Amino acid sequence: MLEKYLIRKNHYSDSIALMRVAADLEALPGIFQATAVMATAANLNLARTVGLIDDTIEPQPNNLLIAVSAENEKAADAAFSQAEAQMDNLGSIADRSENCEPEVKSIEMAVSRDPGLNLALISCPGEYAAAEAKKALNLGLHVMLFSDNVSIQAELELKKISSAKNLLMMGPDCGTAIINGLPLGFANIVARGSVGIVSASGTGLQQISSLLTQWGVGISQAIGTGGRDLSDEIGGISMAQGVEILIEDEQTEVIVLISKPPSKKVAEKIITSARAGGKPVIVCFLGSENNDNDNIIQFATTLDAAAEFTYSKLNGGNLPNRMVFGDDITTQLFDQKESQKYIRGIYSGGTFCYETQSILRDLLGPVWSSTPIDKAYHLKDSWSSQEHTIIDLGDDEFTQGRAHPMIDHRTRHERILQEASDPETAVILFDVVIGCGSHANPAAEMVNTIKEARKISTKEQRQIYFIGFVCGTDMDPQNLTTQIKILKSASVIVAESNAEATRRATSVILTNSTGKKSIAGSSNNA
Amino acid sequence: MPKLQNENLNITNVGLRSFADNIQTAGGSVIHVDWQPPAGGNKDIGSKLADLVLNEKIETANHQAFGRYLAANPVLEGIGIARDELPDMSGKIILHAGVPVNWKDMCGPMKGAILGATIYEGWAGDLNEAEKLASSGEIRFDSCHHHNSVGPMAGIISPSMPVWIINNTTHGNQAFTTLNEGLGKVLRFGANSPDVIKRLKWMEKNLAPTLQATIQKTGPIELKPLIGQALHMGDEAHNRNAAGSSLLIKKLVVGALDSDATQDDIREMISFIAGNDHFFLNISMPSCKAMLDAAHGIANSSMVTAMARNGIEFGIRISGLPNQWFTTPAPVVDGLYFPGYSIEDAAADLGDSAITETAGLGGFAMAASPAITQFVGGSPMDALVQSRNMRNISIGANSQFTLPALDFAPTAAGIDIRKVIDTGILPIVNTGIAHKKAGVGQIGAGITSAPLDVFIQTISPLHKSVMASS
Repeated sequence: MLEKYLIRKNHYSDSIALMRVAADLEALPGIFQATAVMATAANLNLARTVGLIDDTIEPQPNNLLIAVSAENEKAADAAFSQAEAQMDNLGSIADRSENCEPEVKSIEMAVSRDPGLNLALISCPGEYAAAEAKKALNLGLHVMLFSDNVSIQAELELKKISSAKNLLMMGPDCGTAIINGLPLGFANIVARGSVGIVSASGTGLQQISSLLTQWGVGISQAIGTGGRDLSDEIGGISMAQGVEILIEDEQTEVIVLISKPPSKKVAEKIITSARAGGKPVIVCFLGSENNDNDNIIQFATTLDAAAEFTYSKLNGGNLPNRMVFGDDITTQLFDQKESQKYIRGIYSGGTFCYETQSILRDLLGPVWSSTPIDKAYHLKDSWSSQEHTIIDLGDDEFTQGRAHPMIDHRTRHERILQEASDPETAVILFDVVIGCGSHANPAAEMVNTIKEARKISTKEQRQIYFIGFVCGTDMDPQNLTTQIKILKSASVIVAESNAEATRRATSVILTNSTGKKSIAGSSNNA
Repeated sequence: MPKLQNENLNITNVGLRSFADNIQTAGGSVIHVDWQPPAGGNKDIGSKLADLVLNEKIETANHQAFGRYLAANPVLEGIGIARDELPDMSGKIILHAGVPVNWKDMCGPMKGAILGATIYEGWAGDLNEAEKLASSGEIRFDSCHHHNSVGPMAGIISPSMPVWIINNTTHGNQAFTTLNEGLGKVLRFGANSPDVIKRLKWMEKNLAPTLQATIQKTGPIELKPLIGQALHMGDEAHNRNAAGSSLLIKKLVVGALDSDATQDDIREMISFIAGNDHFFLNISMPSCKAMLDAAHGIANSSMVTAMARNGIEFGIRISGLPNQWFTTPAPVVDGLYFPGYSIEDAAADLGDSAITETAGLGGFAMAASPAITQFVGGSPMDALVQSRNMRNISIGANSQFTLPALDFAPTAAGIDIRKVIDTGILPIVNTGIAHKKAGVGQIGAGITSAPLDVFIQTISPLHKSVMASS
């Protein structure tokens, strides 16, 4: 070990800059201790106390002293040359950032950065989401609360605050909205136009806005409310707000209301206020029986029908120009084994899962699910199907530790392979949801799965029908037409909508059970 | 009814980043929030905080409290003796930095300093006697803050010590601090050897009277302009006071020559101040205290009016929750150390000097002091970011303290506990580092931040008081 020093004459450097130099020197290999100071009497004393220098150095406040205790000469010299280089280059820090705006850490900070903000899109974990939404409302912002796992008490409180402040409160658990043409959350790129939607169902909103866009009809506003809005507890606060907005909105000519079965009382209240606006209203409250149509209100039992009624209202009663798929089930009719009796619906969209159950219940009878319409048919084990089973893999139960199946395909892959190994599976029915936020190429993922599933069933001399549809538009980044093409490349029977896909699946089952060999293409009418 | 259709949608996105990207791709305007659960993930505090954001009562109270801070006008009135000037100073009492702490719990430097003060006061003849007396319970220990005063490091004020008298001429309150002894072996770092006591006696008998005679000639000295000027000369008025000290000499020297003080006394006074770049710290600190005390005690205000450390605990006071401290264990500062010392030798964060940050100086004014930036990675740009970032947790800004490097932007001031919790941005504190053993002195300096926990504690009581008063 040796002590060595270096003096730079008449070289003033700031003491803190020198402390930084000394700290860097001490980090070098072979250096035990280092100091860099102006050679004042006090500083020299300090260096002497710790044994870095001896008594021979004279105080000279304008001189700069660098002293080290080092393993050997070489280490000391290396330290000195680094120190000198460092001092000569203090000004030229290469990677200095020119931007001295710190990152935005809170909604309030965002508002102070841009006082023109008017909407907060919140998708943080549910346990913190209500607090963030309340802050946004307090700051005068409309809120779209994508997060779920927010208590119904918190939802009610937020919606009361929003009403008092005349702000829009979409959610919690609001997956989709299109406001002033901007897609929020999981939304499709749709045409702008004259249809205003208020929806308590995210995928329901996506289905109707996409079908209409593909048929050449655009959307003025698509407002989400969250799935519980039409319950007795919440009382439809958000849907009432939405209806009011659409009645006033000059762009909106037809209003569409979408929900899973609402509370009767709330539904009546909403329909009454919608009727008062005078604009035609298409009501699609899935699973609820109401055919009390009049010249303003028209009820639809499927999303597809709701879209079609809307189209007709705007086009003098004409029907939309539906997509033609060229193929017919008859052209690829398989001989199915007698054991193959059941439909297995493996969904990513909760509303599709619900809609399919309600169609099948009427056409085929009981349907099992982990989210059943009829509680008597709650699957004992969500991970294992029985008879006709329709499941929503986007439900919380299946998404623990995984992203939503619209983003992460793995859960669907595993489940479809499982269904393919079941000798009772006749049809595997599925949705492909595209648009902002969804997987970049979900059809390709699905086709890989289908190919693997076919290997399994073929080995056991069974053939399974794969019937699916794509929810989205040609303006979406994944492109509807491209996605359909990919599915058809794997001989998937593609339908235009969930309702139609479900009816096709039903035909297969009915045909099999009656032994008929020809199946007519299903109709689109509800 | 909510209005949407005629508004251009300007969105802030909290959560999934891809949602922000989608909006941008679709041609919308969006600010993505780099979000973390507030209050370290404490849901209860997070939900109470939500009630307080833009709460009308708090906004009104803060407007008032911050207005009083801005309007306060600290003026250097002169020098007095602690016993005569400070409230409640009779008998054997010794004041210290930070929140009140028992003798047995005190950190090394504070104990050392108290022993020194006991000898200085003549209550004990040597260290042994002093120790006995200190542990006997016969001496009353209390927080400087409870006596309208502040003290750097150990912050010891005993009855016979001379103190600066700062008057807030706007609101009439006063603040006090002892005179700065310099660096090296000094009482505030716990040194108590005879030379330390001797210097204190000289300060009492010679320096203080000379200063007092001088200020009688100069008249009261306005301190805000002095601090503002020092910021423009490279000080941040906490860890760097070279300019402030020089400016003070400029103010004093003619007064001193005009006074009755002897040539020798004047020479000693000037050379003592000139030899101590931190001399002005003990004027900057009580100036801040005088401004912040004016803002203290405004019901429902969420403004921080003091941050102080006693070497064991870090404590803060809130305007709307008067006369109580919120405390948490004081952090050890990971800074730059003098040769021969490391973080292992360091006492935990110590001293009332964080009063400067509370008033918008120190770490909040780091952009003014390029030299200090070495503590934060070296480039002045880093200091600019830090100073600017403090805006995000502050009620407002003080246009009397401006930062040339930020185009003369006013310093951020008036820490708002709500914003600290909501953003997770912690107030920066520039600080000296004391050796954990009494009397070794300063062993380094660095930058630390006020601990999050102490701010979390304030939310429930403030929530309770705001909600109760509705």
